[in-house]
Amino acid sequence: MKLYNRGMIIAGIVVFLIVATFPFWYGRGKAVSPPDLKLDTPAIQQLKEKLCVETAPYMRANHMKLLAAWRDGAVREGNRSYRTADGRVFQVSLTGTCLECHSNKKQFCDRCHDYAGAKPACWSCHIIPEEVR
Amino acid sequence: MNLIAALIAVLILTLSALGIAFSATLSFLLTAILPYAAFTVFIGGFIYRIVKWAKAPVPFRITTTCGQQTSLPWIKNNPLESPSNVWSVMGRMALELFLFRSLFRNTDVAIVGQRPVYGSAKWLWFFGLLFHWSLLIIVLRHLRFFIEPITPWIKSLSTIDGFFEIGVPTLYLSDVAIVAGLTFLFLRRMTVPRLRYISLVTDYFALLLLLGIVTTGLLMRHFFPADLLHVKNLALGWVTFAPAAPKGVGTVFYIHLSFVFTLLVWFPSSKLMHMGGIFLSPTRNLANDNRMKRHLNPWNAPVKVHTYEEYEEEFRDKMKLAGLPVEKE
Amino acid sequence: MAAVKTPKPDELIAIRYAPPETPWMETPTVFRPGTWSYSGGAKSLTALGLPNPRAWQPPDEDWKLPANWQSIILEGLRERLEKYRSFRLFMDICVRCGACADKCHFYIGSGDPKNMPVLRAELLRSVYRRYFTESGKRFGKLAGARDLTIDVLKEWFYYFYQCTECRRCSVFCPYGIDQAEITTMGRELLSLVGCNINWVMEPVANCFRTGNHLGIQPGGVKDMLEFMADDIEDKTGVHVEVPLNKKGAEILFVTPSGDYFADPGTYTCMGYMMLFHEIGLNYTFSTYASDGGNFGLFTSHEMIKRLNAKIYAEAKRLGVKWILGGECGHMWRVLHQYMDTMNGPADFLQEPVSPITGTRFENARATRIVHIAEFTSDLIRSGKLKLDPSRNDHLRVTYHDSCNPARAMGLFEEPRYIIRHACNHFHEMAEDTIREKTLCCGGGAGLGNDENMEMRMRGGMPRAMAVKQVKEKHGVNRLACMCAIDRATLTSLMDYWVPGVTVMGVHELLANALIMKGEKERTTDLRGEPLEGKAADEAL
Repeated sequence: MKLYNRGMIIAGIVVFLIVATFPFWYGRGKAVSPPDLKLDTPAIQQLKEKLCVETAPYMRANHMKLLAAWRDGAVREGNRSYRTADGRVFQVSLTGTCLECHSNKKQFCDRCHDYAGAKPACWSCHIIPEEVR
Repeated sequence: MNLIAALIAVLILTLSALGIAFSATLSFLLTAILPYAAFTVFIGGFIYRIVKWAKAPVPFRITTTCGQQTSLPWIKNNPLESPSNVWSVMGRMALELFLFRSLFRNTDVAIVGQRPVYGSAKWLWFFGLLFHWSLLIIVLRHLRFFIEPITPWIKSLSTIDGFFEIGVPTLYLSDVAIVAGLTFLFLRRMTVPRLRYISLVTDYFALLLLLGIVTTGLLMRHFFPADLLHVKNLALGWVTFAPAAPKGVGTVFYIHLSFVFTLLVWFPSSKLMHMGGIFLSPTRNLANDNRMKRHLNPWNAPVKVHTYEEYEEEFRDKMKLAGLPVEKE
Repeated sequence: MAAVKTPKPDELIAIRYAPPETPWMETPTVFRPGTWSYSGGAKSLTALGLPNPRAWQPPDEDWKLPANWQSIILEGLRERLEKYRSFRLFMDICVRCGACADKCHFYIGSGDPKNMPVLRAELLRSVYRRYFTESGKRFGKLAGARDLTIDVLKEWFYYFYQCTECRRCSVFCPYGIDQAEITTMGRELLSLVGCNINWVMEPVANCFRTGNHLGIQPGGVKDMLEFMADDIEDKTGVHVEVPLNKKGAEILFVTPSGDYFADPGTYTCMGYMMLFHEIGLNYTFSTYASDGGNFGLFTSHEMIKRLNAKIYAEAKRLGVKWILGGECGHMWRVLHQYMDTMNGPADFLQEPVSPITGTRFENARATRIVHIAEFTSDLIRSGKLKLDPSRNDHLRVTYHDSCNPARAMGLFEEPRYIIRHACNHFHEMAEDTIREKTLCCGGGAGLGNDENMEMRMRGGMPRAMAVKQVKEKHGVNRLACMCAIDRATLTSLMDYWVPGVTVMGVHELLANALIMKGEKERTTDLRGEPLEGKAADEAL
């Protein structure tokens, strides 16, 4: 097969291939196991029913929205109490409610955020618990 | 009419994606088989098209010159608009690729007071550039789903892109820009009469498909969040050749994927190949050094010419009569 | 065919840019009188050995095509897609962004959407898709494809002969798609089934036989040049030689034959002769290579080569060192971008060095042909010419960049340098209408014939209006240019849109200002028009 300007064309195709297949060769095809979220803090283990504020699937996808709503309600309107759909009542507090159970930020929050490349804004105001202790 | 056909095509795609979402077999197909098929068609098709162009030679050096040539040393040449060496050509190409130099020249014309008046019309350039750059940034940002650990430059890109930290999750500037860009391009095509006149079904389809991808992406980010853990598991599964059916990603994600795969499959056979083609455009990627270096045409075939001997043969008597020298008396 | 009356300027300028109700594929082509050119005559086609010579005219119902015309066209299309990367690429990558649309002077002047470069290209692209792409074969109209019918062929003819291959669209296209390239292919395909225009084919046939488009035979060339030499003597008192077919001359001079055939080109030619005499250049004209112009460019690549071959051949026969080219547009497209590739290498010539200044023309070191504007501006820069620009004080000059030197060479500063030194009143036209954005005269690429007058006036309107603007603002009365086609077509264009402005070549302007050794006091310019301040002497 005769290609004209062969050198440039092939160089271009090679560059295209390298760029387009970046994820394949970057990870060298090694399987990566998804982050193992630790739910075995003492507080959780003491719970009778292992249920977060809302259901787990909802929390997985929407916790950032819930937290943002909590923050806005608490900071702007002083609303410190949250009532779930099934009638349970929680104190609106990241450190007081969330981190009470999920006291293992590194094994719980960070693992998943790092994995998904999400950068929460929580810790620009809140103190990271481990750093205090 | 063409717009309606394109709308119907996108609608059919959406409905099929919905169908896929509710069928276990089909969603396996979409998440485990189609990704490879679509990617292969994209890569293979892209290279096929490039090779097809490369198989045709560039018989003549037909640079379009948009600035002063390199001639006498005291005349200032314009290396970026009329390049005379390979470095200038690269500069010119870089301007075209990264800044859409030629589109920046755009003007519009109107007959005002019985005279054509040329006005500056940079909107097409601006929104065109906005769309292309934001698309690039968005594609790069998506790499966070495909590699683990995520490289710092991708993280920084996302941080810069979400600089203003509006809302939770943060609104990306590139998302706003791409919506603005695509909307402009789409409205322009729909409302400017002469553009509507030249638009083919595929022109609308390309824009609608891209708008569909962007919309579903934004929906997932801001309104119907998909579980990113599972999204990433799926994407990593693809690149490690161990795709696993995702859980908890939602219907919108399926539509998003269907659109993206459609785009990948359609890309090589569509006008979107301008992405590869622009590199090969002979009016831009050749130096205006025509009289400095001989350009070779591989098929420069002999033609029938009229030689001087034939000429003199016919006119010899007349030439002699006029006192003009001749070769043969 | 009766002569068609061109509408008045007031009627012509009422242009509507609204596209028709029907989609373009369903809008039939109407061969309206005044907007198309007569068909290429059978005699010319036969002389050149081109296919299907016959008597026919575009408005005819039956074009008398060969029975297998479709397969001839499609085979020709396939061949060209394989031979020209430009063509295949330009067929594939257009996104129909419309940036080119209102850049075409024919669209600006006519409002016909098929004169938008994008749509002109789609006329051919739609057929390409139908027969050469999978999506077009499968999805037809949905993919923008359509069958090659006789109506499509007629549409091609009408619109590919409403494009002057000026390349303005390619300046604005984000991918550099060049409609000139597509028009060329379209015309090549049409030519395969014998559809040409006479204003191209007859000059081509002449040029092939006699060496120039006008069909002037050797004695005629000599007579005309000698007549001009006499005229120069009348005006200046200086006798200039007319070297012709001179072996051993240092330089072969080629120029478009328009320059020695008709006003105002002749004044430009007199300008060259006076300049060469004054600097004592050892040069020669040639009767065999008596036309640097090349209407082959408006026919096919093959024809370019056939007509161009004589130039190097004659340079070799006469044993000159290098070649100098006169003021012409399309001629320079060929000399700059095609000649060396087609008929080179010019290894029998020497790298051009000005014998007067010793300047080496580095930019012409391979092709070994120098543009006269490069040559002359070097002379002026080196102080070799004595110029009295006040002799052009009766002129308010503006300059029209001809399409090809502008967009295929990048020749912008050299002519301006000459003009600034040769006259005192030079006014540029509006920024959007000069240099790489220059607008066409409306009659290039073989369209400068009389039967096409309405379309010429439409296509030339944007240029004319830019001239009108400087006429009103600065009192411009003279339009300088560096193209033989321009000198002919702009003259009609000015008469129609901007009466009172006449057209000249740059070297006519120079020759007016050129102080020659042994000249008498000049009271008139080369045209016999009185010089400013000398008018009183001239009366009676």
